[in-house]
Amino acid sequence: MGIELQNITKKFTGYTALDNISLNVASGELVALLGPSGCGKTTLLRIIAGLELPDAGKIILENKDTTNLPPREKNVGFVFQHYALFRRLTVFENVAFGLKVLPRKERPSRTEIRDRVEHLLKMVQMEWALKRYPSQLSGGQRQRVALARALAVNPKVLLLDEPFSALDAKVRQELRRWLRKLHDEIHVTSIFVTHDQEEALELADRIVVINKGKIEQLGTPQEVYDHPANAFVYNFLGNVNVFHGRIKNGKVTLGSHHVDAPDELKHAEEKPSQAFVRPHEIGISRIRSSETDLTGTIREVRLMGGQIGLNLACEGFDHSIDAEIPRELYINLELAKGSTVFVSLNRVRVFTGDYVI
Amino acid sequence: MGLFSIKRGNILPGFGLSMGYTIFYLSAIVIVPLSMIFFNTVPMGWDPFVHAVTAPRVLASYRLSFSTAFLAALFDAVAGLLTAWVLVRYRFPGKQFLDALVDLPFALPTAVAGICFATLYSPVGWLGETLTKWNITIINSATGIVIALVFIGFPFVVRTIQPVLEEVEQEIEEAAHCLGATRWQTFRKILFPHLFPALLTGSTLAFARGIGEYGSVIFIAGNLPMKTEIAPLMIMSKLDQFDYAGASAVALVLLLISFSMLLVLNAIQEWQQKEYR
Repeated sequence: MGIELQNITKKFTGYTALDNISLNVASGELVALLGPSGCGKTTLLRIIAGLELPDAGKIILENKDTTNLPPREKNVGFVFQHYALFRRLTVFENVAFGLKVLPRKERPSRTEIRDRVEHLLKMVQMEWALKRYPSQLSGGQRQRVALARALAVNPKVLLLDEPFSALDAKVRQELRRWLRKLHDEIHVTSIFVTHDQEEALELADRIVVINKGKIEQLGTPQEVYDHPANAFVYNFLGNVNVFHGRIKNGKVTLGSHHVDAPDELKHAEEKPSQAFVRPHEIGISRIRSSETDLTGTIREVRLMGGQIGLNLACEGFDHSIDAEIPRELYINLELAKGSTVFVSLNRVRVFTGDYVI
Repeated sequence: MGLFSIKRGNILPGFGLSMGYTIFYLSAIVIVPLSMIFFNTVPMGWDPFVHAVTAPRVLASYRLSFSTAFLAALFDAVAGLLTAWVLVRYRFPGKQFLDALVDLPFALPTAVAGICFATLYSPVGWLGETLTKWNITIINSATGIVIALVFIGFPFVVRTIQPVLEEVEQEIEEAAHCLGATRWQTFRKILFPHLFPALLTGSTLAFARGIGEYGSVIFIAGNLPMKTEIAPLMIMSKLDQFDYAGASAVALVLLLISFSMLLVLNAIQEWQQKEYR
């Protein structure tokens, strides 16, 4: 097992940052800690690295209890959100730092260090910047150097704290794919923290959704996205329309509309419920295709790259509904602001918990 | 073109005006008054000038002033760095009080400091009594001068390092620790190079201040000819004897040496900063 966390608890004055968290990460796995800001995900990462101490619980890295070891004895690579490169050192010296501070017995020779640093910089495609200083590099380049620096000491685990969040959208996406590729090559057990669900879905082998210091759900991106455990996870993983209604006799009310309740709630007694529909799972048509279709008017049209976002006012609903349709469909249906359309709600998810958005 | 081509295409407005003001004020406050030293000296002619500034007593005073100021600056560099470190890094009761204490040498008339030291280290003073038993003399010696100059220069070092140290992100040190560096390695390889320019500036200021310091030193130095006479005292004593030209001559040499040393130190700093900026 790469990383085993057992019952980690951490309290700060006034609130509990982490509440009894247990988590196993297999060797070579790439796991995302996903959650809103302040949910405790960064604290958990820092505890694994030894930069904070847990109030209770154990951290086992590669079958060795490292709970009370200081960071420098843990042998973890840590990549910071704002790079934390050493400003006074060149790129080469930054990457070589971890090797040069080794005790003399363990320290590789000069040429070995040089070879290793060059190899790492080649791997992160920064070999041309050997003699540059961090201030002469762009954000994306700095983060790649920071990654090479973290990998230089052959860490048992690699921890990345929102590694791409300080970068602009285009670079972020590029680096994300590149990191996934890199991970497939070197297979170092990795955990990265993010609040960006897209990043987690695209990059991770498994996602740990955290909220208020607790794990809400744990699973592959597919599982988490398609079968969210609760309203929080569903809501956090993408845009949603929320319908507050009631569950009664196996039916859920959505405005003036009813849908079948999910199996596990078929026989539930009458109680308030929330139904969720993702904008891209809403069908838009010019022709009524089923009796359950709603009639709506387009109030607003938003261009969103390949998709078109529609804001609809539907009969029998107090709140407007957001839908996303492919651009092509939008053109084929000859839609415009004010058009009347039929709206079908596919894949409605119903939750009854006390979670309120 | 050349020097003033900065003006064109510079998006910061008011270069001409602000540069004009800068030069005007520097002239009015620094250059013109100091040039008087030069103009006072010129009429005395070359040979009397050389004679005045190479008199053994004068040479000894230069040596003493520069060496004591240098030692004091060196001591301040270490002590100031430590103090700044403690003031920035730790939280403790009375921190604000300690912080205010640092500035005291700035505020005090230097003569007061001189009297304090003279009393403290005199053979019957609190410390002087014990030190005399151990055959250590502070008063009437170069050591005493260094002590006074350490006191005077101390705030310069602390106050220049403090803001730079506050700026160092915690993450930088955490990164170093994660990479296996010990606390000492982190300090030596990461923090110290970062603080060095500020340390150099602070000690340079302390050094410059030490060369010019008069009030606190004369009380403790004893002012023995050839032994504990500092350069500013030489100037004062020449003035007392109405030897204005001689005083200017000594001052001019002091000025030239100080200025060239400051230039060199500034150049070192510039060179230190240039690379990674």
